[in-house]
Amino acid sequence: MVNIKINNLAVQVEAGTTILDAARAQGINIPTLCYMKMESAGCTNAPGSCRVCMVELEGRANLVPACVTTVWEGMAVQTNTTRAIKTRRTVVELFLSNHPKDCLVCERNKNCELQTLAADLNIREDKYAGKMAHHEKDTTSESLIRDPEKCVLCRRCETICNEVQTVGVYSAINRSLETTVSTAFNAPVADSTCTFCGQCVSVCPTGALTQASHTSEVWTALNDPDKVVIVQTAPAVRVALGEEFGMAAGARVTGKMVAGLRRMGFRHVYDTNFAADLTVMEEAHELLDRVKNGGKLPILTSCCPAWVKFIEHQFPTLLDVPSTCKSPQEMFGAIAKTYLAQKLGVDPKKMVVVSIMPCLAKKYEAAREELGNNTDYVLSTRELASMFREAGINFHSLPDEDFDPHMGESTGAGTIFGTTGGVIEAATRTAIYELTGKNPENVEFKQLRGTDNIREATVKAGDTELKIGIANGLASARKMLENIRDGKSQYHAIEIMACPGGCVGGGGQPYHGNDQSIIKERAASLYAIDGEKKVRVSHENAEVKKLYDEFLEKPGSHKAHDLLHTKYVKRAK
Amino acid sequence: MSDVFISKEGVSFMEKNEKALYAELDAYIGSLPTKQGALISVLHKAQDIFGFLPKEVQEYVAEKLDIPTSKVYGVLTFYSFFTMTQKGKHRVNVCMGTACFVRGADKVLEKFERDLGMKANTTREDGLWSLDALRCIGACGLAPIITVDGKSYGRLTEDDVTGIIETTLAKEEAK
Repeated sequence: MVNIKINNLAVQVEAGTTILDAARAQGINIPTLCYMKMESAGCTNAPGSCRVCMVELEGRANLVPACVTTVWEGMAVQTNTTRAIKTRRTVVELFLSNHPKDCLVCERNKNCELQTLAADLNIREDKYAGKMAHHEKDTTSESLIRDPEKCVLCRRCETICNEVQTVGVYSAINRSLETTVSTAFNAPVADSTCTFCGQCVSVCPTGALTQASHTSEVWTALNDPDKVVIVQTAPAVRVALGEEFGMAAGARVTGKMVAGLRRMGFRHVYDTNFAADLTVMEEAHELLDRVKNGGKLPILTSCCPAWVKFIEHQFPTLLDVPSTCKSPQEMFGAIAKTYLAQKLGVDPKKMVVVSIMPCLAKKYEAAREELGNNTDYVLSTRELASMFREAGINFHSLPDEDFDPHMGESTGAGTIFGTTGGVIEAATRTAIYELTGKNPENVEFKQLRGTDNIREATVKAGDTELKIGIANGLASARKMLENIRDGKSQYHAIEIMACPGGCVGGGGQPYHGNDQSIIKERAASLYAIDGEKKVRVSHENAEVKKLYDEFLEKPGSHKAHDLLHTKYVKRAK
Repeated sequence: MSDVFISKEGVSFMEKNEKALYAELDAYIGSLPTKQGALISVLHKAQDIFGFLPKEVQEYVAEKLDIPTSKVYGVLTFYSFFTMTQKGKHRVNVCMGTACFVRGADKVLEKFERDLGMKANTTREDGLWSLDALRCIGACGLAPIITVDGKSYGRLTEDDVTGIIETTLAKEEAK
């Protein structure tokens, strides 16, 4: 232990602690900008370059950055001397001198770390107005927008993309005023190996990386009397949306969300969880088919579009490994424009399918032609919240309402699709039924739960032992895939989700500052909803059964293949 | 990866074939004790071998060193020594750092532009000359300083320029 003083307060801290951590443990806030802990991957973005966290040390002429300076015996830190405060203010004023001043119309207005710093540091004038950098906006992708003029060079996107996701899209390029964070050869992000997971957007402190927004297209459709606009909502949205309205992390707001969507003008409100149950039926069938008939093992889940794009770029020789199942979003779209259109007596050409997703890659997925373009617009959880505000809907006073029939029923299995381990647990429940003719005695497979980046478990299904692997975050996915490629993998089935924590930690969710406790709360709520459901296995979803009886025949049928399965494309590294 | 090697007369690396150039780079990378932290020296070597660093060479280096292509591009665009465009047979670099500038480097550069009939930071149509204005090359005591095909000429005035061009061409004929 090391004895130090922070603002004259004597404290003991472990050797190797940074001044920033030591101060925060005492409830002393030192402002930061570039600094961010990325707990899920055990790394920290601390280039020490923004100089916003400068503090004064007794006996030292120069100030030091608190985020990268570790304590030593006898250190005496002053965090709020006139000199420290002035220095920080000057640093932020210099950032502002090269930052657009269009806060009022910026997507991050009221939710921007630079804006908050400027306000907290009492900056009241544009002191260093001068030459500013000019960079083109990159609007080439369906998922995200890059506006390098708003970049503060914190490098968080670079760290999360390179180290947490091992995708390596971003690097700082050029120098001096031309410095920016960009792709190789400064190419449009749409032409890069970007998976559109949106994690870079979720850590960007400013409006330099934002979601591509589709709210105005959806408003237009909702107000078009010739269109029948329906909506599906992904599982992870209902346990995060409340945060946008000041509720606690993980607040369960399913009923209010449904009610709000009806008030916005959606003709019918359905559940992606229904399509998740449908996915389980097809995926479990495919798994057992591969197990029984000596097909390719392991089988990989294919619900996550970022993960699918990752394997297409990084492991193009392994494209026979993922399940051929479309994701729940795309299964929903395909069934909505056929079966549901018949049920409702609606011309599929007049039907507009909107989906509310915790994810930015889902926007890209909806534009993949081989999936049939059945999902017309994808909105993130954040976009939905912004539309509620725009429409003057008082979220807190909304009643709880239920989903509409035909594609609104879901089981506990479909619900847990929104968290790491959930998809494979749901599939396991049904695979056991298919193998043994009986439901598992206990449907909760605790060994498949948790937040470790890589997990494995063996599940007994009668005489068969199913070996299951789970990875979340693309660095872990890469390890899993390397093992498969090198013939070291022993698994029957592997679930991969690109975002740390799974969809609850998706790039379209309310900003969480990479705080894993928030993501854990959201996951816990999904498991709680599952626990309260009467039906917890996908094969007992009455509406799914009806869909097979009346329309698809059985899992893996010719029609199911046409509508619910897909293929993958080799892409350049 | 062939189209970037389309020949311009007088471009020396075209005399070897592409495969041999990559083999030379492979041998260099293979000789390194570790690939970690080797990017800058590998880029130096690659530019030595190829004359410049086109996209394909950067992608090749990224693959060999197992780092993202974006990183290679990031380092390359940071250091003005590295270039993505093909250079002429003779390379003139004029230092425009502060010390050289105040001692008349701009006049030296202008004289080269006039004598060679070309603009700074370009390669002449016939592929014979490249003329680049560089940031400080770290020899301020000899300001203003230039390098021609790797050889330094210090404490210049614009009157020295014509002579340097003639000497460079004469060396070539002597070969």
